Amino acid sequence: MGLLSKKDAKLILDPLADDNPITIQVLGICSALAITAQLKASIVMSISVIFVMGMGNVVISLMRNIIPSKIRIIVQLVVVATLVIIVDQVLKAFSYQLSKELGAFIGLIITNCIIMGRFEAFALGNGIWRSFLDGIGNALGYGVILIIVGFFRELLGSGTLLGFPVLGDPIKKSGVYSIGYENNGFMLLAPMALIVVGIIIWVQRSRNKALIEEH
Amino acid sequence: MAINTEKNSYTIIFSIAMVVVVGSLLAFIAGALKDRITENKRIEKQQNILYAMGVNENTEGSAAFVAEEKAQELFDQYITEQLVISNGSEATPDDNAYLIDVKKEQAKAKAGDERRLPLFVGEKDGKKFYIAPIRGKGLWDAVWAYVAMDENMVVQGAYFDHQGETAGLGANIKERYFMDDFIGEHLLDASGNFVGIDISKSNADPLNKDKEDNEVDAIAGATITGDGVSAMIRKDLKLYVPFFKNLKKTN
Repeated sequence: MGLLSKKDAKLILDPLADDNPITIQVLGICSALAITAQLKASIVMSISVIFVMGMGNVVISLMRNIIPSKIRIIVQLVVVATLVIIVDQVLKAFSYQLSKELGAFIGLIITNCIIMGRFEAFALGNGIWRSFLDGIGNALGYGVILIIVGFFRELLGSGTLLGFPVLGDPIKKSGVYSIGYENNGFMLLAPMALIVVGIIIWVQRSRNKALIEEH
Repeated sequence: MAINTEKNSYTIIFSIAMVVVVGSLLAFIAGALKDRITENKRIEKQQNILYAMGVNENTEGSAAFVAEEKAQELFDQYITEQLVISNGSEATPDDNAYLIDVKKEQAKAKAGDERRLPLFVGEKDGKKFYIAPIRGKGLWDAVWAYVAMDENMVVQGAYFDHQGETAGLGANIKERYFMDDFIGEHLLDASGNFVGIDISKSNADPLNKDKEDNEVDAIAGATITGDGVSAMIRKDLKLYVPFFKNLKKTN
């Protein structure tokens, strides 16, 4: 046996594909639309969510026996908000440039429904180690989709990847721009993110028919 | 567990305890990190001012500040004088003018009080720079800038920043290709009247070869951010005009 038992490994691997929080559970769409105009922002957001979710799931799991069920949603909200504020403050103090770039995204983590969803659905009923793995797994699943969407939106919308011009210079008309290619500014707007997510869902379900719900 | 978590009294005690614990934790962290955060903001201001006058570590295509550790030293070296302008054109030296909060000064002006206008005088390779901090509104939140000018109000460099403009669109005002367009651009028209610099969508000059048209090329998809930047330049830099007029007279 390795570090993880089969059941534990499933907690990490399932959300990456067949139980993906965005494409299957359709959670966390809001932030997936908002920040995927650039690949870098997607990567940074994924890392932040991995951290907050791993930590949050552990904290909720630790407290699962003492949280009054009537106010559990508020307690979950307080935990996410506290973690996010701590991350924000620590970054501002020790890595100011990074915190400037993250700026708006850190606040957005609070509104990410995946986090609340996993607290409610998993951490409240499972032990610390399993909750931690579940948090990391779901955050990774979220991150994978974010990065795929960010890749296509930045490439087709700005002609760059991580800020590097990979398709040439649109103003000086070099690279592919010299043969008449134009950036599609529409890719930078939120509706196209929804369409890209839709295409991912389509591809995924056509490859794995078991994922198609019956109506 | 023996505790009955369903009871109302337990719920109330739990919430009180939670608020106290979380509240003191956050207050403690904020208090412990406050000095470092203020210090970081101070250094950032110095870096911004230096950036505007061309003291930076730009590489091709991307903007970079001087290193944090060197900011203070370079700031002392390049910024020869810091002024606070009041009553139009009276300039008083003030060594901490760069710490003046432009947002607060704008609020003061709105409330009918006198607004203090900081201006930093820098010198590099025998050339004099006048750097003014300005602030305005973008699409979502504040945008601000440090604009370095010569004595004829011709822009010598600019650093733009923003609070929360859209990534990939409005946020690109802090990209080099946008900021560099301002270099050499005139703020006054041919007869010496202040017109500012318009972020134009229709100037048909994407390479920005015409420096005297008072226009730079806009970012596609960032109309409102661009308009905000134009308005900020028009409104805030205009306040410095009497100082520059006076400067010419005395020279």
